[in-house]
Formats: sequence, C-alpha cells, structure tokens
Amino acid sequence: MSSIPSTHAAGHDDHHGHGEHAKYPFLAHHFETPAHQFDSAKLGMWLFLATEVLFFGALFVAYAVLRVRFPEVFSYASHYLDTLMGGVNTCVLILSSLTMAMAVRFAQTDRTQAMLVCLVLTFMGAVGFMVIKYFEYSHKIHEHLVWGKTFYVPPEGELGQAERAELSKAPEPPPATLNPLDPAPAIVPTLAVLPAVEASAIKPASRGPVGLATPREQAQVERLPVPSEDPAFTKPALHLADPAMPANTHLFFAIYYCMTGLHGIHVLAGMVMLAWLIWRGARGHFSSKYFTPVDVGGLYWHIVDLVWIFLFPLFYLIH
Amino acid sequence: MTTIDASRPIDLAARPDNYLTHSRGFLSWALTLDHKRIGVMYLVAVLASFLLGGIFALLLRTELLTPGQTIPGVTADVYNQFFTLHGAIMVFLVIIPSIPGALGNFVLPIMLGAKDVAFPRLNLGSFYLWIAGAIFTLLSLAMGGFDTGWTFYTPYSTTTSTGGVIPVLFGVFILGFSSIFTGMNFIVTVHKLRPPGMTWFRMPLFLWAIYATAIIQVLATPVLAITLMLIVVERLVNIGIFDPSMGGDPVLYQHFFWFYSHPAVYIMILPAMGIISELISVHAHRHIFGYRFIALSSIAIAIFSFLVWGHHMFTSGQSPLMNTLFSLISFSVAIPSAVKVFNWLTTLYKGNISLTTPMWYALSFLVLFTIGGLTGLHLATLNTDVHLHDTYFVVAHFHYVMMGSALIGMIGGMHHWWPKMTGRMYSEKLGTAACFVIFIGFNVTFFTQFYLGSQGMPRRYYDYLPEYQVYHVISTIGSYVMALGFVMTAYCLISSLFSGRKAPANPWGGGSLEWQCTSPPPHDNFATQPSVGDCYDFRSLRWDEKEQGYVVDPALAAEAAKHPLH
Amino acid sequence: MAHGHSPSRSPHGEPHPLVGHLVPMWMLFAVGGALLALTAITVAVRYVDAGEFNMVIALGVAVIKATLVALFFMHLRWDRPFNLLTFVASTVFVLLLLAFALMDTGQYRHLQFEGNPPEVESTLQSQAPGAPVARFKPYAP
Repeated sequence: MSSIPSTHAAGHDDHHGHGEHAKYPFLAHHFETPAHQFDSAKLGMWLFLATEVLFFGALFVAYAVLRVRFPEVFSYASHYLDTLMGGVNTCVLILSSLTMAMAVRFAQTDRTQAMLVCLVLTFMGAVGFMVIKYFEYSHKIHEHLVWGKTFYVPPEGELGQAERAELSKAPEPPPATLNPLDPAPAIVPTLAVLPAVEASAIKPASRGPVGLATPREQAQVERLPVPSEDPAFTKPALHLADPAMPANTHLFFAIYYCMTGLHGIHVLAGMVMLAWLIWRGARGHFSSKYFTPVDVGGLYWHIVDLVWIFLFPLFYLIH
Repeated sequence: MTTIDASRPIDLAARPDNYLTHSRGFLSWALTLDHKRIGVMYLVAVLASFLLGGIFALLLRTELLTPGQTIPGVTADVYNQFFTLHGAIMVFLVIIPSIPGALGNFVLPIMLGAKDVAFPRLNLGSFYLWIAGAIFTLLSLAMGGFDTGWTFYTPYSTTTSTGGVIPVLFGVFILGFSSIFTGMNFIVTVHKLRPPGMTWFRMPLFLWAIYATAIIQVLATPVLAITLMLIVVERLVNIGIFDPSMGGDPVLYQHFFWFYSHPAVYIMILPAMGIISELISVHAHRHIFGYRFIALSSIAIAIFSFLVWGHHMFTSGQSPLMNTLFSLISFSVAIPSAVKVFNWLTTLYKGNISLTTPMWYALSFLVLFTIGGLTGLHLATLNTDVHLHDTYFVVAHFHYVMMGSALIGMIGGMHHWWPKMTGRMYSEKLGTAACFVIFIGFNVTFFTQFYLGSQGMPRRYYDYLPEYQVYHVISTIGSYVMALGFVMTAYCLISSLFSGRKAPANPWGGGSLEWQCTSPPPHDNFATQPSVGDCYDFRSLRWDEKEQGYVVDPALAAEAAKHPLH
Repeated sequence: MAHGHSPSRSPHGEPHPLVGHLVPMWMLFAVGGALLALTAITVAVRYVDAGEFNMVIALGVAVIKATLVALFFMHLRWDRPFNLLTFVASTVFVLLLLAFALMDTGQYRHLQFEGNPPEVESTLQSQAPGAPVARFKPYAP
C-alpha cells in the first residue's frame, strides 16, 4: 500500500489516531481531537437552539397578529395576570441561568462539588418556576380565565351560580323581530350582510360582554348586580359580568396558555436534562478535560430563560 | 491535482469484510451506529412507504376513470381519504426523508472521506423517529383515517369528525423532528468532518446540495411542528385561533403552514439536483461546468425559498399587496434553478456520454424538471394563478417537480450508487427499459393533467363533468404504465442482489472519494485517510477490462497533474 | 476558539479547561446583576404611561437582556462566529414571517371594527339600547 502523505496542519498531536483516543476516553472515534469534538457538539446544539427559536417564533408571530387585530383585548386582559408572580418567575429564571453558567465554569475548573451544588440550585430554580406557574394556572383555571368557549362558561362556586342556573335552561329561539338584514345606522354598510340565520353555515359569534347579543343573555344581566353597587365585583374573577370586557378576550388567554404552556414544557424537559447532568456529575464524568454535556445543557437552559425574557413583558407588562 | 490512490482497488482482495458482513444479527442492525446501515434501513423503509403511497395513487386514479363512483364502496369521503393519504405519505414519509436519509446518510461521510457523521447516535435516533412517525400514520389509518388533504387546511381540519386527524398530526410532528435532526447532523458533518485539503469549493456538488437542504430542514421544519400542534390544540380544546367565529384567522394557518411547506419542496428537490450534478458529470465523463455557480445556487435556492410561501395563497384572501409581493419574488426563485439547468446542459455538451441507466434518469430529469419549473412560472404569475389555482394544472406542475424531478433523481441516484451500496451490478438493459417505461407513463399521466387543469378541472374532486372523462382515462392508463415501470425497476434492482455481477470499486468512473473504497465499503469506510483532489477531473481514470471498472492509471494521473483544470 | 493544549493553571491557580473559554466569575455575577436590575426597570416602566413607547421600551429592555444572556452566559462573545450566525439567522427568519404576516393583517385593518359583528349589533339595537356601539378602528398606515 503506497503511503499517503499526511496533509495535517502543524500543531496537531504527533501521534494522531490511536494516541489521542487512548488519552481521552470520551473522544469518539470519528473526531480527531477533543477540541474538534467540543466544537462540533457546540455547533450541533446551536443548530438545535435555532430550531427552538423558530418553534417559539411562530407563536410570537401569532401573538403579534392577534395583538395588532385586538389591542384592546390585550390591554384589558393583561390585568388578570399577576405582575408580581411573573416578575418573581423572571428573577427565578435569571438566577437559575446564573447558577447554570457558574456550574459550567466550575466544571471547567475541576470543582466538581461546586458544580453539583450549582446544578442542584438550577434545578431548584426550575422547580420554583413551575410551582409559581402552577399557582398562576390553577387560580385562572378555577375562574375560567381560560381558552376557547370555556371562557364564557361561568366558573364554579357561588360566583357563577346565577349564570349557570340560567344556562341550564333550554335556549329560547330568537325573536321574530330580529332582522339581520336591517343594519343599525352606526354600522357602515360596506360590510357584507349575512343571510338568514337558520340556513347559514356560519357559526354565530362568540358571546360578548354581558348585556349584549341574545335575549337570553339580556335576561341574565338583569339578575346580576351592577358593578358599581357591589364591592364583590372589584375582584378580577368575574370577567363575564364586566361590561368593559371586549369581544374575543378569550384569544388573549388562548395565546397566553399556548406560549407559557409550551415554555413550561421546555422547563420540564430542562429539569430532566439537569437531573441527568447531576446524575452523571455525581458519578464523576465531568472535569476540566470533558465538560461538554454541562456546557451544551447550559446553552439549552439559557434559551429557555431567553424565551421567558420575551414572554414576560409581552404578557405581564402590557400597559 | 488529481491524487486518487491507484492501490485502493486492491482492497477488494485483501479485505473481503464489508459493512454488510461486518456483524450479524437483528440487533447489529437495529442498534447500529454505522451510517451506511442506517442509510440502507432508511432506503427500505422509504421504498415501502412509496409502495403504500403509490397504491393510494392507483386507487384514486382508478376511481377517477368515470365521473361519480367507479370502484364499489368508494364514496366521495373515501376518495378524499385516498388523495389525502397519498399526499401525506408521499410528502412526509417518502420524498422529504428519502434522499437525505437514504442516499445522503450512505454517501455523505464517504464522499467526505470521514469515518461517520458527526452524531451517529442522533442519526439512529432520526431513523427511529421516522419509524415512530410512520407508526402514528398507520395508527391514524386504523382510527378512521383523515380526509383533510395533506395540507390540513383550517377550518376543515379543526372541525372534521374523521378520527385519524390527531394521530397523523402527531406522526407528522415526529417526522418533522426526524428531518430536523438529520439536517443538524449533516450541517455539523459538512462543517467539521471535511478532510484536510477539502475546502468548501472542493466538495462534491451533492454535498453542497445536502448542506443547503439541511439549512432548510433546520430553519423551516419547527414552524410546521408548532402549526400542527396548534391544530391539535384547536381540535382538543377549541382555542379559536384559526376560527373566525371566535376572532381567529384561518389564513394565519395558511401563512404558518406554507412558511414551512414551501421551503419543504426545496428540501425535496435540492438533493435530487445534487444527485443530477453527480450523474451528469460522471456519466458524461466531463468536468462539471460552472461548479461555483451550481454550488452557490443551491444556497441561493435555500434562502430564497423562505421568501415566496404566499404564492400558495393567492386565492385564499391574502391581501393584494402581499399577493403582488409574493408573485414578484417567486419569479426570482426560478433563476438559481435555471442556472443549474444551463450548467448541466453545458456539461453534457461535447461530453463522452455513456448511456447508462443513471444517465437516462438524469436526462429524464432535465426534460421533466424543465417542464415542471416552467409551469411553476405559470402559477407564480398572479393573474393566471387565479384561474389555475386548485385545478389539475397545479397537480401536474408539482408532480413534474416532485415526482418527475425529485423522485427520478432519487431513483437515478439509487442506480448510480447501487453497486457501491450492494456490491452488485444490475442489468443495464432492464434498468434502461424500466426508465423508458416510467418516463412514458409519467408523461402520459401528467401532461394530460396540464390540459385538464387549464380547461378547468378542479383538483381533489371525486366527481366531474363528462367532458373531462377522456383525459382522466388517458391519465389513469398512464399511471398504470408508470406503475409497471416501477415494478420493472424494483425487479431489476432486487434481482441484481441475487444474480448480479460483482461490482468493482469504480464501475462508472467517478472521481469523488466514495469510488476509492471497495464496493460495498468496509465498516470504517477507509483504511487510511484518503487524499483529496478535484473530484470532477476524470482524466486519470481508465477502463480496466479485467476488473470491469475504472482504475487510476499512474501515467494518466501524472499527465493530468501537469495541467490542472482549476 | 478552542485551546488544544493540556490542562494548565491559570494565573489564579485554578485548572484551565482543555477546550473552550473560561468566563471570569465576576463577569457572570455582573451580568446576572444587570439582568435583575433591568427586570426591575422594565417592571417599573410598566406603571408609567408613555403611550406607544411602553411597548418599545419593554421590548427594548427585553432585547438588551437577551443580548446579555446570549453574549455572556451562552459564550457567544468568545465563540466561533458561525454559532452567532446560526442564532441571528434563526431570529431573522422569525422576523421575516412576522413582517409578512403583519403586513397581510395590516392590509385588512380598515375593514375591522371594535365591538360586535353585525348580527349581534342589530340585536343590541332592539334588546339593549344602552350597550356600546360598534365603531370603526381608524386605518393605521
């Protein structure tokens, strides 16, 4: 076999091939040096983070489209979110990012104990985030500040009793005087006029604020106390009785749960990843020679933090 | 400087062990980290899916022989399922994964002179994700199927009561991640595992194509993933984001869907174009013309593909401003593709063309892609698209580019690398005959559909006016001929496994690194690091009668070294 | 940016990693502190009425925070430029989708109106005369 001139650049190890791989047991056979493997792992992780950016990015676009179309919905509904809880969550994630970066640094400098402490702290930060989120979600779900049609179903408990009693009755047919072909003067007639309701395949619009739409809901209004007279109405739960609630407010909560929910799933996945790193770290797999999993795991965790950095002002800090 | 090592073919005698015989048993394949074995598994899986998707195609074409019901039991709803399944299987299970997963996995590391891809375990993971996605798709068939069209347009996909919609959405979601991980793997491999001496502009063009494809896979697929999840959420809890009665916007779905799906069609065609670059230069024994133009046009196509998705939405209610913008940009995306076609034609000019089966497939590609690409311009033109949208014209256009180009490229590549993958030569007569039958059948099937569409026959219709029937009958007969051609191809290739002649290392006279190792390659690809030259410089190769393949002739190599081409 | 030499001691006496770059501890704390401070600022601004600028400021602060996280915590300041390019490119493509989707939505703004759809509005006129009246959102260029 004729010898093939080695075309490797100067600066590489003299004993290439077996030498490097024997020296570094973690070095895979198809990489030449640890630096080569590390660079490749980082590039691979950055490509994955690019996909995460696009994954969340599409939801950010949905948010933007909805907000441009319904700015009043976003201004109104953001009051139902607790800025304090959101702010605390933001700080928790920032601190967990810090401890993650510290864990990487400790791994790089052979301080395994400190690295494990920092990884555990990061994990606790994640747990704390999820706990706070649990409280936020459960409070909202209890009061039916949720997505879709459920938003318009009165919540359980005494808050919704009157509405639920009313809704359990059979719906009345619309009165004969209803004539959608006769537009009110405030509506500019350039909009398409809809045909008679019975034959139409178009679903009727979602329920708007109380006091509008169908006569059945009109009857409900008469039973509910007027906000200015009842101090109980200062509580944010009773969105259905608030005449200031704009149409399509449920869309805010739809996009809220989609985005924060997807983010929460990523936090959970991050917790699994952290647990795996802690397990491996406790077994002594990481050192200044080999800390790649900690580093790329850290990159993932920082992206999770980064997404939340954008979610927080977009949902909780709407003026 | 050509530096192909003349001693390499001797490997055949010295080392009979190859990647197929290296280890035995089910687990050695199921848990393999060898990119070649993973490529073979992908190939088998993708071809099986092609068979399934093809059966649905034949069923739907048979149903269209007469207006109204043709096959007993096939109602309009069943017909809707036929074309939906045909589309979903072909797009997500066959064409998108086929070339990168099957041929790319096998060839890319060897062409690079590397031992494996950058992340072998991720590679195996990609394959198992494909399997999981396929299982979910089959599961959805068992749960009632889906009839939404492969495009899953709202509001139908969010409200239809067919039971298989959510499983298939999960299936496609998982397949998306298979695609993403393959793309990630290939990008890192091309960046980091090139051998010394192989600069970017010394890479074979197939690798440029795979790299550009990988960029699209990584950037576009996540948007599809989230879009499908939104449909799932919409079906499960009715959030209303795409539902006008709840303040949502169904056109927003289309924006999200096509933001992925238009780049996706370039995921389908770019690797095939890369293959054609290889086939044409090798089988015409001529240096590829305009190497840099072809390489950079792949990247240009990858980037431009993200700017044109709205041309699928001209009649959806998209604003006139956006319609105009997308129409304009869509014209520009044709330019890099045209650059490639002109370069291929110039490569053929004054070449020493061997009319082998891969060359016939490459020539078919040139004809069919030209027709497909030009009819794409008909559809990019806003005013003609208003009439042609959702007619058979569109169906014909995309079959010309997806099947007549991408799939033909895939099959041509299969024939080109078959000796390398299996160590066997197939019968040229049978292979060429099959190519002819496929070409004729394809054109009969789909050229007719251009006419059908321009005369107003809508797509996805179960029933139609009697004046269209004669064209439907012609098209269906063409589809049967095409099916026959595929059966012939399958017979040709499978029978070669049993009775084909043993393949030499370099049966076609290729210059890239995969032709320097044995056929089939050994487990670790190369015994020693191969050295890199100009892979399109064939002057140092000569046909060896004894080996029935090409070998490097040292005298010719020395002569060529004195006059470098580039 | 990989250091291929064997582990050595840095001036502070701690081991140097085989590969990669070591970020000084003070820098990590400084960035963490800056992030917390910026969070406090952005929450405070929320209670100030600056009209349109509220969103600009909130997003601007978020971008600064994100840049700090990306450059320092995620090492991009010392990493290969291609990794930064990957991250920036993904953001650019999101912005592309955003721009085109918003342009399309924007083209229909003049047809939108606040309040309820026509059939609901007509019921209002007969059933709840005091209810808010539908009105056009002004077309915003």
